[in-house]
Amino acid sequence: MRDPVLTFTDRGIFCPAGGFHIDPWRPVDRALITHGHADHARRGHNHYLSTRQAAPVIRHRLGDITIDTLRYGETRRIGDADVSFLPAGHIPGSAQIRVAVGGEVWVVSGDYKITPDGLSEPFEPVPCHSFITECTFGLPVFKWPDQADVARDLNAWWAANAADGKTSILGAYSLGKAQRLMTLLNPDIGPLLTHGAVEATNAVLRAQGYQLPHTQQIEPDLRIKDRPGALVIAPPAALGTPWARKLGPSSTALASGWMGLRGVRRRRAADRGFVLSDHADWDGLLSAITATGAENIYATHGYTDIFARALNEMGWAAQIIPTEFGGTEDETGTEAAA
Amino acid sequence: MKDFAALFTAIDQTTKTSLKTKALADYFTQAPDADKLWTIALFSGRRPKRAVTTTQLREWAAEKAGIPLWLLEESYPIVGDLAETIALVLPAPDQMTDMPLSHWINTLQDIYKVDPDTRKTHILAAWDQLDTTERFLFNKLITGGFRIGVSQKLMTRALAQATGQDEPNLAHRLMGGWTPDTTSYHALIEAEDKAADLSRPYPFYLSYQIDDDPENLGSPKNWQAEWKWDGIRGQLILRGGEHHVWSRGEELITDRFPELARALDHLPDGTVLDGEIVTWDGAAPMSFNTLQKRIGRKTVPIKLLKDAPVILLAYDLLEENGKDLRQLPLATRRARLDALLTDLPPDAPLRTSPAIPFPDWQSLAQIRADARENRAEGLMIKRLDSPYLAGRKKGDWWKWKLDPLTIDAVMIYAQQGHGRRANLFTDFTFAVWQGNDLVPFTKAYSGLTDAEFNQITAWVRKNTLQRFGPVRQVRPEHVFEIAFEGIHESPRHKSGVALRFPRMSRWRHDKPAQEANTLDDLKGILNAFQ
Repeated sequence: MRDPVLTFTDRGIFCPAGGFHIDPWRPVDRALITHGHADHARRGHNHYLSTRQAAPVIRHRLGDITIDTLRYGETRRIGDADVSFLPAGHIPGSAQIRVAVGGEVWVVSGDYKITPDGLSEPFEPVPCHSFITECTFGLPVFKWPDQADVARDLNAWWAANAADGKTSILGAYSLGKAQRLMTLLNPDIGPLLTHGAVEATNAVLRAQGYQLPHTQQIEPDLRIKDRPGALVIAPPAALGTPWARKLGPSSTALASGWMGLRGVRRRRAADRGFVLSDHADWDGLLSAITATGAENIYATHGYTDIFARALNEMGWAAQIIPTEFGGTEDETGTEAAA
Repeated sequence: MKDFAALFTAIDQTTKTSLKTKALADYFTQAPDADKLWTIALFSGRRPKRAVTTTQLREWAAEKAGIPLWLLEESYPIVGDLAETIALVLPAPDQMTDMPLSHWINTLQDIYKVDPDTRKTHILAAWDQLDTTERFLFNKLITGGFRIGVSQKLMTRALAQATGQDEPNLAHRLMGGWTPDTTSYHALIEAEDKAADLSRPYPFYLSYQIDDDPENLGSPKNWQAEWKWDGIRGQLILRGGEHHVWSRGEELITDRFPELARALDHLPDGTVLDGEIVTWDGAAPMSFNTLQKRIGRKTVPIKLLKDAPVILLAYDLLEENGKDLRQLPLATRRARLDALLTDLPPDAPLRTSPAIPFPDWQSLAQIRADARENRAEGLMIKRLDSPYLAGRKKGDWWKWKLDPLTIDAVMIYAQQGHGRRANLFTDFTFAVWQGNDLVPFTKAYSGLTDAEFNQITAWVRKNTLQRFGPVRQVRPEHVFEIAFEGIHESPRHKSGVALRFPRMSRWRHDKPAQEANTLDDLKGILNAFQ
């Protein structure tokens, strides 16, 4: 019997026909990377391949690596497999990876969201036979509000803090979420300041031509009194640290899909939680899966058991794939943990 | 409902008590009386009659959302709250209205009058008129347990701010067996207090755990010590020829402890006592385990009355001859209490919880060390000149509990938490060694920091050996020190023992699993403790 197009090993997703792994979590010879988040782009591989747009951030994060790039939609032959990268809408440069072997097509979604955020290359459904999909938010309780409504609430929160003489501190992952938030904020309210980790990523993305609003990095000599009504974007791990306390009286907030759950919102102990995710919600996942036309669905990362069972009841052949995605870069924002 | 939802959101978005109080006070200043009365009722643990069962709610919600029932059921433990789960899965409303809180409560109160199909129509119609937050609150009215970070104390303070009334006075008015159906806002809060409910208890005065060392309390001459009994805090009220017993949770528990009725034979009308209800073997309290059998039983079988009889160990006198004594110093109240209870026959269901004399703090520490032998869980230390205050106030009453018992155990199962901790592994099962086997003996959910829960969650994800539904069997690798307050034999448990208040007191990174304690160690504690 012929090997399946993709198999699941203890190093990650593997393509026997092409001899490469996709987002492997242990060192391999040839790794195809969907996007630059740390649980997908790891150290130690001999050869990396990503989109042209994702490569600068991956290089910025992993240092001296051998990385080759493809344009979105460009096909490359690796062994007996035809490989291409299609937009996933998750963060700037993120991709789904399409692998075709002898007429059979599999797609690895990586992380994705369906609705355009105005910054990332918008998600494109890719017709395939088998679809490996994340399901971080694969429960019907997750339904995202319109981005415009979230932007309105965010700006109202910022403006109210500014009027109260408080600094607004917004915890957001430094690659992706931070930049998306910047584009939603109204710069007329006050100055937009950044933590060094965020600003370093901004610089990489700006150099590529992504349009980001003006931001200023917080240097040790910056006096917050000179920046009344500022909003600071920082990694969530920076909230509540001595660094954050130097920002004076403040109100804190987090923006994530988990903030849709009251319990999580409260546990995070930020003053506010905004429901804004770079992953697909329940309806988004189902519409994406439907649009692929795939018969076989492999659910990974998230509420896989529940999600796969629901898909099976709806008529798909769905299975669970154990992976080691998530954890280090969970959307709840423990960026530095583990 | 929009103003009530806005109040909820304001309270939910802050952890600061001052901001919560202000939001609630603002609400009390502008809401209609009927809504105010219900808000007071909800935040003091009262709720409308249960309108429909939660089973019906789940079924109707799943149907309306177009999802199978099991999917809603599976989502519920992850969200941690049924009312919220239902609010989230429902489709967006298409006939939004803004009716007052009392309108929706009346809808629920009246729903039993119509047939089951019409009930469903009413509930679905309500969901279609409310946004997600309003729906959540509406569902909460049905499912009960209206806990949204507002204590009765906070609510009372806000009400005091809004009405300009004295807070302790309001606290007293809010006690007792009223419901919004039996009173009005005016009668409860504003009217002259002539027809005071005879059963109404005083707000309990609650203590704090002592910070470190009682030496810091100053001269021992200013303090009184008592045993801290391991029972149920209760207030016994004798007024108008009747008796009433209230728990600290303001539950009327008169019928659960019929023995206490005989207090009427021994004490005059117009007496209110504060004390601890314990099971009593004639000379000393029995274990909490025996009292446990009495808790939750609304009627008590005769055999149980014989096997586990209760008495009240009284330590404070709040009312004498119908006069409120709470402003008098403790020393005076205690003298009158002792005088009142002196010469009671041995079969009276009442005794004083004796004051324990001690010359200095060092001697008291030695006395405390004997607490377990005296069936107590530690000591209470009370300032002799203190009045009887309302609620938890620092300064005059301290509890000085024994250090907990501990054992080192291996984590073997993990399960995701609920509510606040929905996406973390927080519920663990622990085992001790018996030869080469690990015998599970307790679960524990608390005691770790958020950072530690994050760390163990990442570890559990990577070290799952098997799954049984939501429960994961993990590699037996991590040792935790489990602290607990008591231990007793339990034939229902595989280990043969059950713990009281188990929690994780320390993550023993320094100990390999092989060095965790054994079942024999655990049984040793059991034998020493009994």
